[in-house]
Amino acid sequence: MSILEKIYTSPIGRTLAPKVGLNEPPKLRRGRTMPTGAVLLAELDGGGLARQVLEALGVETAEPLLDLPEHRTPDDRGRPQPPRYPTKAGAVVVDATGLREIAQLEGIRQVLRPLMRGLESSGRVIILASDASAVTGLEAKAVAQAIDGINRTVGKELRAGATANLVFVREGTTADDLTSTLLFLLQGRSAFVSGQTWRVGPAKAGDRPGGDYRSDRPFEGRVVVVTGAARGIGAAIARTFARDGAKVVALDVPAAGDALSKVANELRGTALQLDITSPEAGVRIAAHVAQVHGADAKIWAIVHNAGILRDRLLANLDEKSWAQVLEVNLAAEMRMNEALLDTTLPGGLGEQARIIGIASTSGVAGNKGQTNYAASKAGVMGLVWAEADELADRAVTVNAVAPGFIETDMTASIPFVQREVFRRTNSLQQGGQPVDVAETIAWLSDPASGGVNGQVVRVCGQNLVGA
Amino acid sequence: MAVRNAVIVGGNRIPFVKAGGKYAQASNVDMLTATIDGLVARFGLAGEKLDEVVAGAVLKHSRDFNLTREAVLGSALDPHTPACDLAQACATGLEAVTYLANKIRLGQADVGIAGGVDSASDAPIVVSEPLRRALLKANRARTLPDRLKAFASVRPADLAPVPPGVVEPRTGLSMGESQALTTAKWGISREAQDELSARSHQRLAAAWDAGFFDDLVTPYLGVTRDGILRPDTSVAALGKLRSVFGGADATMTAGNSTALSDGAAVVLIADEDEARRRNWPVLARVVDTQVAATDYVTGNEDLLLAGARAIPELLERNGLTLADFDAVEVHEAFASTVLATLAALEQDGHGTVDVDKLNVHGSSLAAGHPFAATGGRIVASLAKVLSEKGPGSRGLISVCAAGGQAVATILEAV
Repeated sequence: MSILEKIYTSPIGRTLAPKVGLNEPPKLRRGRTMPTGAVLLAELDGGGLARQVLEALGVETAEPLLDLPEHRTPDDRGRPQPPRYPTKAGAVVVDATGLREIAQLEGIRQVLRPLMRGLESSGRVIILASDASAVTGLEAKAVAQAIDGINRTVGKELRAGATANLVFVREGTTADDLTSTLLFLLQGRSAFVSGQTWRVGPAKAGDRPGGDYRSDRPFEGRVVVVTGAARGIGAAIARTFARDGAKVVALDVPAAGDALSKVANELRGTALQLDITSPEAGVRIAAHVAQVHGADAKIWAIVHNAGILRDRLLANLDEKSWAQVLEVNLAAEMRMNEALLDTTLPGGLGEQARIIGIASTSGVAGNKGQTNYAASKAGVMGLVWAEADELADRAVTVNAVAPGFIETDMTASIPFVQREVFRRTNSLQQGGQPVDVAETIAWLSDPASGGVNGQVVRVCGQNLVGA
Repeated sequence: MAVRNAVIVGGNRIPFVKAGGKYAQASNVDMLTATIDGLVARFGLAGEKLDEVVAGAVLKHSRDFNLTREAVLGSALDPHTPACDLAQACATGLEAVTYLANKIRLGQADVGIAGGVDSASDAPIVVSEPLRRALLKANRARTLPDRLKAFASVRPADLAPVPPGVVEPRTGLSMGESQALTTAKWGISREAQDELSARSHQRLAAAWDAGFFDDLVTPYLGVTRDGILRPDTSVAALGKLRSVFGGADATMTAGNSTALSDGAAVVLIADEDEARRRNWPVLARVVDTQVAATDYVTGNEDLLLAGARAIPELLERNGLTLADFDAVEVHEAFASTVLATLAALEQDGHGTVDVDKLNVHGSSLAAGHPFAATGGRIVASLAKVLSEKGPGSRGLISVCAAGGQAVATILEAV
């Protein structure tokens, strides 16, 4: 710990920090917990889908207050103020799926204005809107994108750990396609996801959760492979899947076997010591799954979490550091997927399955000293989009998360001041926890998330970088 | 009663390191627990009750009277898993495998773990015999004067602790000194010893590089490879070392003798049907085992050549010859132990072992020799080698031990 960090974390430092604008960041609601306050449903013109989703989830809803001129009351200086909630609301779901005209955007303003100071800590703004591809006409398409701008700004203006996210709904999407996503957004699991926009469409044929599906333990009896699982984010991913019922195969390089076996034993899973850059890595994973879980066992989800850094300014970057990063972070993933997608391979991916990649905000926006890493992580995004297209006829989804600043042993080694800057330059004014990345991956992997495909979802607290 | 097949399913060890090195602070219980946990993680046995875990240590503290049971309780296994400690000096690991395999064959167990551990770093230190007697006497005394009187006979020299020796009580000779007699008697040359040692290092290094140990070793305390291994050693480099055992024209050096080491190794053994039911790899069947001893005290025979007695008995009972084996593992206590054992077998008309089949992935000279851990290391590695060669391939193991003993075992891939 540096001297600066010691002063900062001392009682005196804690007293002084807010005076220079460094407030104690809000403590985020996490896990499978719902908001404490009311869940409001704002059904705008032509909406209706959100109501079906919330009913399917058994979530009771209340009506929001609207900022109409006649609802305003003057403050002590006579200025008109929007209506106030008697008790803070927990979340608002804005159903904007029917909006096609610029004038209708006013409906969103009316709902959100009273809530900007009326949401509880870790409250939620969730907007559903029709995807531009699902509407006709110039104005309707422009309106869709306008809603994206509202969402991103609301995320930045909200306080106390509250988040805003937008789900664009594609043509033909039903309530069943949206339940897992809305539950994720309402619950504490989405704590560090804010200001994000992604698309949900109709799940492919054969991609529905089975009769034994339980939304609180979605992976019961399913085999999930997590690479790089010995520590940090990978270990958190493994723990989250195990919590939700999965039989976890924890994979890492042989040299990390010590920590890996502890994770595997803690989760009653299995450890597989394997270098993922080995040409037969995919086949070895399948063989392990078949050996441990039986010849008929299939992988439900594989999370390609393993990754390395070899940071150098491009001016100092040689071919070795270049190749290693691309090999581990991108090429290995592509090879393993190809091998595991072979339906005849015992212990491979099932007919219905989930593939998850890990991109990075560095891949989205670039980052000084990380040409190799940014290439590999942007490459992961490209791979996810291409594979999702290629697997159009199979009940397999391919998605990625792009973590921002996450508190791990790796980021703890960044010098204090730099680290504090990274931490605070996002809408939630803090670093994320490994579990935040894990929860997002678990949602994307949910058997009920068949409608989420080809998406890259940032887990960055709405980081300013690349936003 | 029908005898079942006991099969080797897999194994795990921690990298072996030189005594006083990275594991200096680790106890036998620590190392054995970590080694069991690595195996448990590989096969998903966390929370499972196994029928028995058997292991042992040569250098053992009196507090570790229940070493293996303590390791089980510290591991991720179900605490209902019973455990047994067993010892036969350096053959402990191989005898543990034999014990468990026999129980499985007789239907007394279905699945268990066998192995061993040794720490030459954390060896027990003993007080001198006069001091020990005085302490016990003082403990029995009822009055203070009696208690003080008990120490009257203790001399200053008696206060010095007695470190553990690798010395044969009946000859007073250390292992190295005893082996030096054998080396001279069988005329084993320095060059032959150094050649065998260099080959051991080169082969073990190649196996590591090829990933052979990826599913046989779990790193421990930051150590990811065997610490004694010198991948770049050569006959020329070894030839420069000065001799340590055997006087003037001695040939034995630190390079062709095993180093004192720390480590642990275990093997997962199961009834063949049970293993197949669980879809486990069935690497090799434990076929048969023979233990033998030599009359070394009189000087008529050699301390570490009991393998040359055990192997012929084992071969005869199974109707096999040395030529019937695809791989032979002779524990490298010293390079000259291996060479003298083979020379003795050849002299007795049993033929010889092709160098391509002998210790194919290196042995104790390169890996190190934490006494009781060596058996588990060899059994797991050989079972994997045989499995790779295919069904029906046979392997022979010989491990010599203090007291002029040795154990020989046959494995066969199924």
